[in-house]
Amino acid sequence: MTVTEDRTSAGRIGDAPPRKEDAHLITGQTSWTDNIQAAGMLTMAFVRSPMAHARISSIDTSEAAATENVVAVFTGADFADECASLPCAWPVTEDMKLPAHPPMAIDTVRHAGDPVAVVVARDRYSAADAAEKVVVDYEPLPAVVDLEDALRDEVLVHDELGTNTSYFFSMPTGADVDETFAKADVVVKRRFIQQRLLPTPLEPRATACLASPAAGDFTLYSSTQVPHILRLMLAAITGIPEQKIRVVAPDVGGGFGSKLQVYGEEVISLLVARRLGRPVKWTETRSESFLTMHHGRGQIQDIEIAATNEGKLLGLKVDLVADMGAYLMLVTPGIPILGAFMYPAIYKMDAYRFNCTGVFTTKTPTDAYRGAGRPEATFAIERIMDELAEELDMDPLELRRMNWIRHEEFPYETVAGLTYDTGNYEAATDRAMELFGYDELRREQEERRTRGDAVQLGIGISTFTEMCGLAPSRVLGNLSFGSGGWEAATVRVLATGKVQVVTGTSPHGQGHETAWSQIAATTLGIPFEDVEVLHGDTAVSPMGLDTYGSRSLAVGGIALQRAALKVVAKAKKLAAHLLEAAEDDIDFQDGTFSVKGSPTAAKTFQEVAMAAFVAHDYPEDMEPDLTGHAVFDPENFSYPHGTHLCAVEVDTETGRPTIRKYVCVDDVGTVVNPQIVEGQVHGGLAQGIAQALYEGAVYDADGNLVTGTLVDYLVPAAPDLPEFITDRTVTPADNELGVKGVGEAGTIASTPAVVNAIVDAVRHLGVQDVEMPCTPERVWRAIQHGRNGGAR
Amino acid sequence: MARITLTVDGTVYTDDVEPRTLLVHHLRDALGLTGTNVGCDTSSCGACTVHVDGLSVKSCTMLAVQADGREVLTIQGLAQDGRLHPLQQAFHDAHGLQCGYCTPGMIMASLDLLNHNADPTDDEVRHGLEGNLCRCTGYQNIVKAVRQAAVSIRQGEGATAPASEGVPA
Repeated sequence: MTVTEDRTSAGRIGDAPPRKEDAHLITGQTSWTDNIQAAGMLTMAFVRSPMAHARISSIDTSEAAATENVVAVFTGADFADECASLPCAWPVTEDMKLPAHPPMAIDTVRHAGDPVAVVVARDRYSAADAAEKVVVDYEPLPAVVDLEDALRDEVLVHDELGTNTSYFFSMPTGADVDETFAKADVVVKRRFIQQRLLPTPLEPRATACLASPAAGDFTLYSSTQVPHILRLMLAAITGIPEQKIRVVAPDVGGGFGSKLQVYGEEVISLLVARRLGRPVKWTETRSESFLTMHHGRGQIQDIEIAATNEGKLLGLKVDLVADMGAYLMLVTPGIPILGAFMYPAIYKMDAYRFNCTGVFTTKTPTDAYRGAGRPEATFAIERIMDELAEELDMDPLELRRMNWIRHEEFPYETVAGLTYDTGNYEAATDRAMELFGYDELRREQEERRTRGDAVQLGIGISTFTEMCGLAPSRVLGNLSFGSGGWEAATVRVLATGKVQVVTGTSPHGQGHETAWSQIAATTLGIPFEDVEVLHGDTAVSPMGLDTYGSRSLAVGGIALQRAALKVVAKAKKLAAHLLEAAEDDIDFQDGTFSVKGSPTAAKTFQEVAMAAFVAHDYPEDMEPDLTGHAVFDPENFSYPHGTHLCAVEVDTETGRPTIRKYVCVDDVGTVVNPQIVEGQVHGGLAQGIAQALYEGAVYDADGNLVTGTLVDYLVPAAPDLPEFITDRTVTPADNELGVKGVGEAGTIASTPAVVNAIVDAVRHLGVQDVEMPCTPERVWRAIQHGRNGGAR
Repeated sequence: MARITLTVDGTVYTDDVEPRTLLVHHLRDALGLTGTNVGCDTSSCGACTVHVDGLSVKSCTMLAVQADGREVLTIQGLAQDGRLHPLQQAFHDAHGLQCGYCTPGMIMASLDLLNHNADPTDDEVRHGLEGNLCRCTGYQNIVKAVRQAAVSIRQGEGATAPASEGVPA
């Protein structure tokens, strides 16, 4: 069936045509990795460590291997000679400790869920049954779960390293921080805890590998955000030449950073298919996913801010302890470093020092989760701005207003060394306050306090910015990152004037097929429906750096526009030839090439496309081809910003916080598709609010993940979230499309807005902070603690 | 093995299944009806929601043998004569999906909701769908989609399909 639209004029930049992606998703005609079937396809099931830390004494696979329908059982040792360690692409310091990380553990397991063997069987039930029959003898070792315990090095996660500290990263910038603090009127210091989060895309990880070992050809389907990076890394790990590996990201059911990874299971899929010469498939269960898909956040943040009595900010000190988990995965050590640049946020100050210690624990590795380092930074600075306002007895909005970069001061070089290109914090804040009814809510808050109501009201503010659009390649080089940050696009013109856009971005819910069609249709002056967007397959799109870090539009979208402009330039040359006019005399508008001054002498884009195809008549100095290809490497990051205001009612008798009103005004620059942008904001808000109120990965002292299923880990459902009031201001970014990233903005901004509101509601009861997630119990305990004058 | 006969999206299938086979695995692996997804192993997420004899069921929580002799409607049988069901159309129009993995279950749960309440409030939609998780949308556009579909259905723009009339799209 065809989804038909009656929106002939829609489909240009700024319009909101409904998404091209939807038709197959709403009808179930999907291509998730687990849907892939092939003759003789086998299913894998992993045997995983039930312990956080143990030496493997022995593995007996004989009974499993002898089970009906089981084709093979492999252990880590079976592949030890066929693969290198899983990669870490970001050595953040020269002396960073990088432990070996085999795709399957060989002699030691270091977190619950570490794989030790894989069963390959005819179907998923047989594989799961046989996995139960693999007998592993473990010699238990002590777990180390708490970050500060880990720093003491009493229990080592990796004996051979001699320490649990992976790295110490220090970035002092601007004036001398210690001198600045010594001279300050006011210094406020706080410790905030960023709890671990489970990213939980609705589609768990899955792989399907089709292999012809005889020919040396391998195709790996994976539910990944990064097919291009994965191909390169699989080649590096296995030694299979890069050109012999094809990676396909078919329909991918969400990622949020968790599928920006090179997972051991992906490597094992390839190696098993090579060993057996048969197609193999693997799909994790949700509980397996919680143990083994990388986690997000996990930091202790000590933050100190210095100001004058009048509220002028002077300096900022940040000391982090960041939980790496058991191994360094693709970007693990770099996540807190992405935050390093964002603690000064939108504020002017002269001195800044960021320190971070990355530490190993016997837990699942951490890595990128929506925002990746920047939500943590934004939380800490926006929380401590409220604490400073309290110390100075100022309105927290006024404190922000007197310290933020004013719109006429852009471009502005921050104390952290970034140059913010554009922004207008005043406009976004004014609009947010208007939508929120700030003054009325403050009045109501005062009345409730005066009456001593059981349900108190709090207002939370977050005036955030973030760096995204990852990333300028030279900057990444300076930060020792193992890759560039460019993006590629190709526009192919077919004989009929229809167009195929090949993009290196790899969408998994973001709507690139729709938005990219709008960019191509606008640039080429052709119907939105005439554009087809191809992505997520290294055989179709050989060049790309994939989708993460709110980079796709701000980098890939600009690459696409450049490629389309190259098509226009070629087509213009051919049109001029056909019209017997000079190229300079050709106008191009709405898909038609015409001779200046004689508009009837014209060729449509489609006519020019056909002329290029038949090639009967074209200039001698060009090839009969209109293809445009571009690689765009940005010169700067993109800096979306916004003001988020949250009103929370706290029942002081039960501790239960309820969001009463949530307003956000985001500035993401020029908007290609407002419906998609709004959807991204909604989803981002949901995840940021979830960190504030609901989610937290909990480990017990032995390193068991207590929140191991979706019953125990609270991903919010529809009744758990409020209706959001959203609006935008538009301050175009300093790039060709004027666009900024949007994918992470809502998540980065919303968490501190919610927690600030909760603290604001009960601050008069002696509460200074509530640790996340702010469950009713935690809020209630904070109130009791406050009422007792701080005594436990 | 047990022999079962299911009517799925209007087609009658007879198969021998292991008694422990979950309905969703039977649909996906044996019948190749991969429109219905699996998102968890604790009946928490609702991605696998289908209808059995006209009522919504999490198909990871039912054995295939329990569906013997019954009529199953999946997302793949919801469109009629090449026309989208009003719920499918509304999810599209209101941008009620992003990655789309929760969508089949979300639409089937919404259909059950509307079968029991033709004109739900926002709050009733939110509570009616609390057994279905979406990680992308923040639910706001899902609520909007369900209410738009409710209006379409009440105005007769395509009747809600009984299970027996489902045809593969």
